[in-house]
Amino acid sequence: MVITEKEKAEMLSQLAATNVSHCIQCGRCSANCPVAWKMDVLPHRMVYALLNGEADTLLEANSPWKCLSCFACAQRCPKGVSPAAIMEAVRLTAIRSQGGNKLNPNELENYNDKLPQQALVAAFRKYNK
Amino acid sequence: MQKIGVFVCWCGSNIAGTVDVAAVVEAVKKIPDVAYAVDYKYMCSEEGQKLIKDAVVEYGLDRLVVCSCSPRMHEATFRKCAESIGINPYMVEIANIREQCSWVLKDVAVATEKAIQLAKAAIAKVRFNDPLHPGQSQVVKRALVIGGGIAGIQTALDIADAGYKVDILEKEPTIGGKMAQIDKTFPTLDCSACILTPKMVDAACHENITIHTYSELEAVSGYVGNFDVTIRKKARSVKAEICSGCGICTEKCPARKTPSEFDEGLRNRGAIYIPFAQAIPKVPVIDREACLKFKTGKCGVCSIVCPNKAIDYTQEDELITEKYGAIVLATGFELIDLDKYGELGYGRSKNVITSMQLERLTNAAGPTEGHLVCPATGKEPKSVVIVSCVGSRDTTERGKTYCSKVCCMYNAKHAMYIREKYPNVDVTVFYIDVRTPGKGFDEFQRRAVEEYGVHYVRGQVGKVLSDKDGNLTVFASDLNSGKHLMLNPDLVVLACAVKPAKDARKLASMLTASIDTNDFYVEAHPKLRPVESPTAGIFLSGMCQGPKDIPETVSQAGAAAAKVIGLLAKDKLMTNPCTAKCNEKICSGCLTCTKVCPYGAISGVEKEVITLNGTREKRVVAVVNEALCQGCGACTVACPSASMDLQGFTNKQILAEVDALC
Ligand SMILES: Cc1cc2nc3c(=O)[nH]c(=O)nc-3n(C[C@H](O)[C@H](O)[C@H](O)COP(=O)(O)OP(=O)(O)OC[C@H]3O[C@@H](n4cnc5c(N)ncnc54)[C@H](O)[C@@H]3O)c2cc1C
Ligand code: SF4
Ligand code: SF4
Ligand code: SF4
Ligand code: SF4
Repeated sequence: MVITEKEKAEMLSQLAATNVSHCIQCGRCSANCPVAWKMDVLPHRMVYALLNGEADTLLEANSPWKCLSCFACAQRCPKGVSPAAIMEAVRLTAIRSQGGNKLNPNELENYNDKLPQQALVAAFRKYNK
Repeated sequence: MQKIGVFVCWCGSNIAGTVDVAAVVEAVKKIPDVAYAVDYKYMCSEEGQKLIKDAVVEYGLDRLVVCSCSPRMHEATFRKCAESIGINPYMVEIANIREQCSWVLKDVAVATEKAIQLAKAAIAKVRFNDPLHPGQSQVVKRALVIGGGIAGIQTALDIADAGYKVDILEKEPTIGGKMAQIDKTFPTLDCSACILTPKMVDAACHENITIHTYSELEAVSGYVGNFDVTIRKKARSVKAEICSGCGICTEKCPARKTPSEFDEGLRNRGAIYIPFAQAIPKVPVIDREACLKFKTGKCGVCSIVCPNKAIDYTQEDELITEKYGAIVLATGFELIDLDKYGELGYGRSKNVITSMQLERLTNAAGPTEGHLVCPATGKEPKSVVIVSCVGSRDTTERGKTYCSKVCCMYNAKHAMYIREKYPNVDVTVFYIDVRTPGKGFDEFQRRAVEEYGVHYVRGQVGKVLSDKDGNLTVFASDLNSGKHLMLNPDLVVLACAVKPAKDARKLASMLTASIDTNDFYVEAHPKLRPVESPTAGIFLSGMCQGPKDIPETVSQAGAAAAKVIGLLAKDKLMTNPCTAKCNEKICSGCLTCTKVCPYGAISGVEKEVITLNGTREKRVVAVVNEALCQGCGACTVACPSASMDLQGFTNKQILAEVDALC
């Protein structure tokens, strides 16, 4: 299954659960971020990218991996937006898509029918769908 | 038999788009006593009103129901229309089928059904309507203006010039407000004091104006045209009649630890002080909390040095009472506290200042005689950073949700002040967006960039750090270049949000004037009645109604004055006849009603009444003062014997409406 960029962005929005439409692009988050100078996409740009559904920009940025989760950005945002939550959403997505299924459905015929159903459920990665 | 006429308005497509008006007409025609019903495109138009009048004549109608917009909109129109054809205006009922029906519903069947229900209720009520006759009340030809800033001064001058008496009530020792503190004013950069002080003098000299400074509103009662006001004139501890304003006392006072309010804490003042040289009145006041004589009993220097023997330590607050026809609120604004913005360094470094402090630092009459220096070092700065929107446009609990409106313009002004006098000082303004609508305003801001070389950076300052030597580091972002900036200015100026005066909420409740969630006074209609409060006789002028600059404040002040003059020019006001009335036959004299009436309109009076048995008896009954009663209805529900009724909204009328709905 191919996930479109739009769907990825929707998933990131759900995970981040912060209201990016409130952002006025003032840049206070970036100005407060202690590691902004190491980031390729500054916190306010991460917010803007999510607002515009540019999931690939978010997923390819190095910023979430520089972020210290200090929450300075969220605490000082005048609009109650949390760039930190977007950083976390990207990290979660990356972690969840690590590792594939433990079974290949096409090879199931090689197993005998005693294979417990529960093992099947456990062997497929649910959370990267 | 009653003859009720029902008139259903389409309001163009506002009502007719959602309500089947013809079906409403058909439905109400079936109701007994409805002698005539019709629908029309615009009932409020001249044609529509003619249709009503013709129907009254043709069908001999004696009471009318108009199904239309909110009664706030056109009840008065239709009452006048009825009156012109000889029907008492209070025999008209409005069924609001627009705001309460067509505008809030989408489904035609549902909306039509609701419109019919509302019409039925109004018809049920109108059966019990009685002709009512408004009384008259006198108008006291004197106005009170609360707040003596530019708004209050201008309103008072305009009212006084029209020939009416006006009193200005100012809590500070002088009139003038914030404009007196400002150095120069945008967009023309003329000296603020030079244009304000002549107005202050005009107000002081005007034969129709009385100024009460260092005074507070103590109590208010009454109603439009007839307010009874008590003013507390706080003890100045100086006899104003004999003080010559020489100021010797203020120089010799040894208690000099109090930060000057007028100079925004940039210098200290004595316990006895005159806020600034052009203060009106130019009479000092003793701050009793700071005065050694009041605190320890020792000192008395001022009374020794005063050549006129004007100092009076025994002076007491004085209460004065006065009657007014109208009251204008002009209590202005303050800047927000910056405690919640610790990261910006205010309070931690003296070189982080507010914009108002900068005004004092550049003002020739200020603590540094207009010499711009960093407060911590006393040295001229080499570079200055100005931060916009501090606490404005902030929806978190730290700030204010609104745009303070004046800061973008004064930031440009401040940048130009500095570059004009000190061309070598670098000035950077951080902004989210530059908001400069207004005549000549955008041109003014562009001059800062184009002629004065001020750096405008789109982005915000995140934090301001101060090292142990007091050097500042500003962390900011430049959104246009995508760069993260670190600057080392000598002075940081915070353009912080404005908020209404501290007492705005208290005054609003004393005057029953409405305020919004930010404590700005609310206007009666945001577009059509912008200088009137919803409470009759209370008017609004200046920043107390919302952020605005001096040109806007002055226009609004004039508009408020025009409204006051319009009111004071009337000899009599019609009073609302929908007041409470006591049925003395059944009133037991318990006087519960007097306890719930917020306007003090009811009193217990001993009089001879005819009882239910027809006998005469002398006892206490509740009597309503119709001039004071505002028709709120509290007494009618509190009365245990149901003897209180609200004319125009009697228990019988309300129950008839409810029954028609159920
Ligand atoms: C730093 C700064 C710079 C500015 N520069 C400019 C400029 O260059 N040009 C421009 O057009 N505008 C400028 N403004 C805006 C300008 O200051 C206001 O538009 C103007 O002062 C509003 O006048 P006002 O009379 O409504 O309020 P105020 O000036 O605040 O006056 C209100 C008065 O009411 C009194 N008061 C308050 N509460 C009570 C009470 N309970 N009882 C009795 N009295 C009370 C106060 O003591 C005060 O005297 C600036 C504002 C700031 C903050
Ligand atoms: S601080 Fe908040 S409003 Fe400003 S750019 Fe960052 S997320 Fe947007
Ligand atoms: S939480 Fe991350 S993005 Fe936000 S300020 Fe801290 S380090 Fe920067
Ligand atoms: S008596 Fe009070 S006001 Fe007068 S000089 Fe002494 S400290 Fe100052
Ligand atoms: S006027 Fe300008 S600086 Fe002031 S709050 Fe509005 S946008 Fe911000």
